[in-house]
Amino acid sequence: MEPRTPPVDQSSLRSRLAGPAILIALLGVFLLVSHFLAGDYIQRIVIIIGINVILVVSLNLSNGFTGVFSLGHVGFMAIGAYAASLLTLPVSLKAVNLPDLPGWLGAVALPFLPATLIAGLLAALVAFLVGSSLMRLKGAYISVATLGFLVIVQVILVNWDQVTRGARTFAGVPPHSTVWNVWIWASLTIFVVWRIGRSAFGRDMRSARDNEIAALSLGVSVLRSRLLAFCMSAFLTGVAGSLWAHFISSFSPKSFSFTQAFSIITMLVIGGLGSVSGSVIGVVLITVLSELLRNAERGFELGALHIPPIYGASQILMAVLFVLVIVFRPAGLMGGREINVREILRRIARARPGKGAA
Amino acid sequence: MLKLESVDVSYGHVDALRGVSIEVRDGELVALLGANGAGKTTALMTISGVVRPRAGSVLYDGVDLAKASPFDIVALGLIQCPEGRRIFGGLSVLENLKMGAVRRADTSGVRRDRDWVFSLFPVLGQRRNQSGATLSGGEQQMLAIGRALMAEPRLLMLDEPSLGLAPILVQAIFRVIRELHGRGVTILLVEQNVRQALAVADRGYVLSTGRVILEGTGAELRSNSEIEQAYLSTAPEAKR
Amino acid sequence: MSALELLLQQLINAVSIGSLYALMAIGLAMVFGILRLINFAHGDLIMVGSYVALLLMTLGLPFFAAAAAGVAASTLAGLAMERIAYRPLRGAHEISMLLTSFSVTIFLENLAIILFRPTSRAFPAPAFLRSVIHMGQLRLASLDLIAIAIAAVLLLALTLFVRRTNIGIAMRAASQDLLAARLMGINVNRVIATAFAIGSLMAGVVGLLWSARVGKIDPLMGFNPVLKAFVASVIGGLGSLPGAVIGAYVLGGLEILLQGLLPSALTPYRDAFVFAILIALLLFRPNGILGSSEKEKI
Repeated sequence: MEPRTPPVDQSSLRSRLAGPAILIALLGVFLLVSHFLAGDYIQRIVIIIGINVILVVSLNLSNGFTGVFSLGHVGFMAIGAYAASLLTLPVSLKAVNLPDLPGWLGAVALPFLPATLIAGLLAALVAFLVGSSLMRLKGAYISVATLGFLVIVQVILVNWDQVTRGARTFAGVPPHSTVWNVWIWASLTIFVVWRIGRSAFGRDMRSARDNEIAALSLGVSVLRSRLLAFCMSAFLTGVAGSLWAHFISSFSPKSFSFTQAFSIITMLVIGGLGSVSGSVIGVVLITVLSELLRNAERGFELGALHIPPIYGASQILMAVLFVLVIVFRPAGLMGGREINVREILRRIARARPGKGAA
Repeated sequence: MLKLESVDVSYGHVDALRGVSIEVRDGELVALLGANGAGKTTALMTISGVVRPRAGSVLYDGVDLAKASPFDIVALGLIQCPEGRRIFGGLSVLENLKMGAVRRADTSGVRRDRDWVFSLFPVLGQRRNQSGATLSGGEQQMLAIGRALMAEPRLLMLDEPSLGLAPILVQAIFRVIRELHGRGVTILLVEQNVRQALAVADRGYVLSTGRVILEGTGAELRSNSEIEQAYLSTAPEAKR
Repeated sequence: MSALELLLQQLINAVSIGSLYALMAIGLAMVFGILRLINFAHGDLIMVGSYVALLLMTLGLPFFAAAAAGVAASTLAGLAMERIAYRPLRGAHEISMLLTSFSVTIFLENLAIILFRPTSRAFPAPAFLRSVIHMGQLRLASLDLIAIAIAAVLLLALTLFVRRTNIGIAMRAASQDLLAARLMGINVNRVIATAFAIGSLMAGVVGLLWSARVGKIDPLMGFNPVLKAFVASVIGGLGSLPGAVIGAYVLGGLEILLQGLLPSALTPYRDAFVFAILIALLLFRPNGILGSSEKEKI
C-alpha cells in the first residue's frame, strides 16, 4: 500500500506546479459555480461533502497512515462542535438556553475562526491525554479503547446539563459555515495530510504500521509519531465538528453516535486507507449516493409505480456496499495510492497523435 | 504414492516454489533438504492443501488433489507434523493425541495407537495429563509426532523435527523415525540437519530458492559435495 | 436494613448483572479465540431473539414456547451471520473483520427499524420473572436469582462440553492454533459453526432475561450489552473463556460498586467511569487479567 513516489524529476518549475495549479483552479471554478449559480440544496450538499472530506482525510491520517484504527473519532467531532458553539453562541441566547454556564463562558462570544481554532486545539488536547495511554495497545484493543472513549464522551455530553443542555437540542448556533470557509479548511486538510503522507515522517509511520515488530524495536519514536498524528487528526476532526455545528445550527449528543462514526469509516475504507485522493473520491461517492438513497427513502414515483418510503434502507445499502468492498477490494478504490496529476497529464500528452514519441 | 509435478507456488509476488517435481513411493523415506527459505515448508503446506499451487499438480495415488481441502487430505492419510511443533499448549498430552485422532471412528484402534505412541515415547505416557505448554522442547516434538501418528498416516510429513533440540534428543527422534520407517510408514522428511536426514533417507531432494537443484538416492547425496554449496551459496539469498 | 443485608443485596445484584455479561462475553470470546473476530453483531442477536419472542407472545403463544422460539431464532441468526458474512472473510485482516461485523450490526439494526419501527415496545415478562422474594429485610428480585441460576447451569454445561466432548476439545484446539487444527483434520468449518451456535444461543437467553429486566425492547438494544460484554472480555483477556467469565463478574461488580460509591451527582456518569477504568487497566495489563498469550510469529 505504498504510494508511488514519482521518480526524482529535473523538470521545470512550471511542470511541477502544473498539478497543484490545475487542482486549485478546478476547485476555484467549482466553488464559484456553487456559490453563485447553484441553488440552496446543491450548496448544502457541497458543504456537507467538504466537511466529510475533512473528517475522512483527517481520519486517514490516523487510521490509514499510522494504523491506529480509531473508532471513536466522532468524539473529537463532538468536542469540536460543542466547544466552538459554546464560544460563538450570542450572549443573550446563552443566558436563556444555558443559564448555568460558568461566568466567563456565559459572557463571551467569539468570532467564528478563533472559536473554531480553540475547539480544534481542545480536541487535540483531549486526544493527547487519551492517546498517551492508548498508543501502546495493539490492534483491536486500540480500536475498542477508542470506542470506549466515544462512549465516555457521549455520557458526558448527555449528563453535563449545565454546559451541553444534556440530551436536549443545542440550538441557535450562528450559521457561519459557507461553501468557502468549509472548502478552505478542506483544502488545507487535504494539503497537510497529503504532504505528511509524502514526507519522511509519513513514510516512517507507514513502515511502522506495516511491520509492528520492527516498530516495537524502534521504540519511543514510533509511539511519539503515532501520538502526534493522532492529535493532528483530532484537531482537524474538531475543526470539522465546529464547521458542521455552524452549518446545521442545532444538534444534540445523538448526532455523534456510533452510526455517524460508521459512515465516516465507510467512506474511508471505500476510498482506501492511506490514500488521500481515495478519501476524497470516497467521500464524494458516498455522500452523493446516500443523498440519492435518502431521497429514495421518502418514496418516489417510478412511472406508474409508487415505491413506498423505506426508512433505514440507505443505511442497509451502505452496509452491504461496505461488505462488498471489504470482500472484493479490501484496499479500497484507490488501493492506497494517490492520483498523480502529472502522470495523467503525461498520458494525455502521449495519447495526442503526432506529439512526441511514445 | 505422492507426486508433485512442476508445482509453482507464490505468496503474492514472491515465488516460493518454481517447477518443483518430487516423488515419494510407498514405504520410502524421502528427505527434502535446503536452507532457510528454500521452500521446504511451502512444499509441505501445498501437499496438505493449506496453500494452493498456481501451476502444476499434486497427485496422490494418481488422483489430483487440486480440489481437496486440508480436511479431505488428512482423511486420505497425508498427515503433516508441522514446523515448530505447534502442539496445543492449553490441552493436555492426552487431549493433543485425541485431536490427532479426531477424524477416526474406531475407538479400539485409537486406543491401540495411543498405547503405541506411549511405547515409542514413554515420557509422554508419564506426563499424559499435563498441559502441552509445560512440556520441554523435546517432549513437545515427541508429542507432535505422536499426535501425527494418531491420525493413522499413510504418508507422514515431518517438518524439521530436530529443530532446536539438543543432540541427544535429536538422536532419540531419529531413532523413532528409523523405527517408523522400518514399520513401513512412508515418510517425507524436511530437515536442515543434512547428516542425520541422509543417514535414514532412501532418496532425497535439495531445494534452493524454490527449485529442485539436486536429487538422488541417499547414498548419492551423501557423497555429493554440492550440497554444502547449496546451503552456503544460497543462505543469504534465502533470507526474504 | 443492616449493612450486611445491603451488601448482600448489592452482591446479588452484581452477580446477576455479571451473569448476563458472562453469557454474552463467552459468545464473543469463543468466536474471537478461533477467528480473531470481534463480532459486534453479537449484540443484535439479543434483539433478534427478543423480537421473535415478543411477536409470538403477541400472537398468543405462552411464554415458554415464545422464549424457546426466540432463543432458536437467535441461534439461527448467529449461524446465518457466520455463513454469509464471516466465512468469505476467513483469514482477512483483523480490522476488516471488525468493520464487517459493524456492517452486519448496521444491517440488522436497520432491518429491525424498517420492520418494527425505531420506538421501543413493551416486553410483557411473565409474573414469575417479575416477582420479589422477601427474606427477612431482603428484597430479592426473582429475575436476579433466575439469571444467576441459568448462567450457572449454562456455564457448567459449557465447561463440560469443552472438556469432555471431541468437538469441544477441538474448539479449544482451534482457538490455540488454527493452522495446526486444520492440519490435524479438525473440521474447522464445523467447529466455527458450533462456536457461533453456542454463543448465539447464550445471547438469545441473555436477550430474554435482559428484556424482562428492562421491560422493553427496541432495535438498538443490543449495542450497549455487546459493548459491555466486550469490555468484560478485554478485562479478562480477549480469547480466554475463563477470562471472559471472570471479566464479566468483575465488570458487574465494578458497576454496582460505582453505583453505590459515586456521589449522586456523578452516578449518571457511571458508564464513563467504567470505560475510563477499562482504559486504565489496559495501560497496565494490555492483555487483560488472564491475557491470552499472543505469540508473535517472527
